[in-house]
Amino acid sequence: MSITQILFWILSIMAILGALMVVVSKSPVYSVLWLIMVFFAISGHYILLNAQFLAIVNLIVYAGAIMVLFLFVIMLMNLNADTEPQKNKWLKIAGVIAGGALLLVFVGALKNADLKSQIAEVNHGDIGLIHNLGLALFNDYVIPFEISSVLFLSAMVGAVVIGKKE
Amino acid sequence: MPINYYIFLAVALFCIGVAGVLTRRNAIIIFMCIELMLNAVNLLLVAFSKMHYKALAANQPDAGINGQIFVFFIMVVAAAEVSVGLAIIVMMYRNTHSIDVNFLNRLKH
Repeated sequence: MSITQILFWILSIMAILGALMVVVSKSPVYSVLWLIMVFFAISGHYILLNAQFLAIVNLIVYAGAIMVLFLFVIMLMNLNADTEPQKNKWLKIAGVIAGGALLLVFVGALKNADLKSQIAEVNHGDIGLIHNLGLALFNDYVIPFEISSVLFLSAMVGAVVIGKKE
Repeated sequence: MPINYYIFLAVALFCIGVAGVLTRRNAIIIFMCIELMLNAVNLLLVAFSKMHYKALAANQPDAGINGQIFVFFIMVVAAAEVSVGLAIIVMMYRNTHSIDVNFLNRLKH
């Protein structure tokens, strides 16, 4: 077992454990903290795949900005207490069964797919470096890039309009 | 790494997110589960982009770079979505003093 395989398994177990704890934990603050762990594990996967730009952007945007926004909302509205008195446990069981059935369908469909020969190249290749991604982003994808800035502006205006007091 | 492992990891993360959306009723946790699903898809896109790079790099040196650009744009859209969605949750809390999604059934009556 090489070092990349060991790292792959460690990061995968971290990601799945964190994802389960996001769903299971009672308090929203703990869910946010576990989700940050999932994001770190996924960033580790990106680094393993040599997509360094995306790893850093994932950390900065998700773990840095979005999760802080979640924590701000949770703490400003004092939602730290368990606000979920569970009335219907059958609803919970049905949800878990539905998710498990979806997993079963995916695994059953992909188990026999002829993918054994396809290798995702780890720790080689330089398409994930910021030089190449920047060249592609500002040559071929400059129009979507500019449109996404308009999207951000409209999202900002929308958030202010929705969130302001009457 | 064979692409199988990445596919199964991403599918597992996605299904955990789906189960979370279906079971939890706290709107913020539902939102977080949606973020989890987006991240599972991002991971799968990056793995596929490296798979294409491995398969085609001899002919074109930047094969598979489109997948990573697409992940970048998914992150952009997710950030915009979260800002608007959290504003909606704040407004909902101001009106109903709860973020339980089961209270949001006024359109039914």
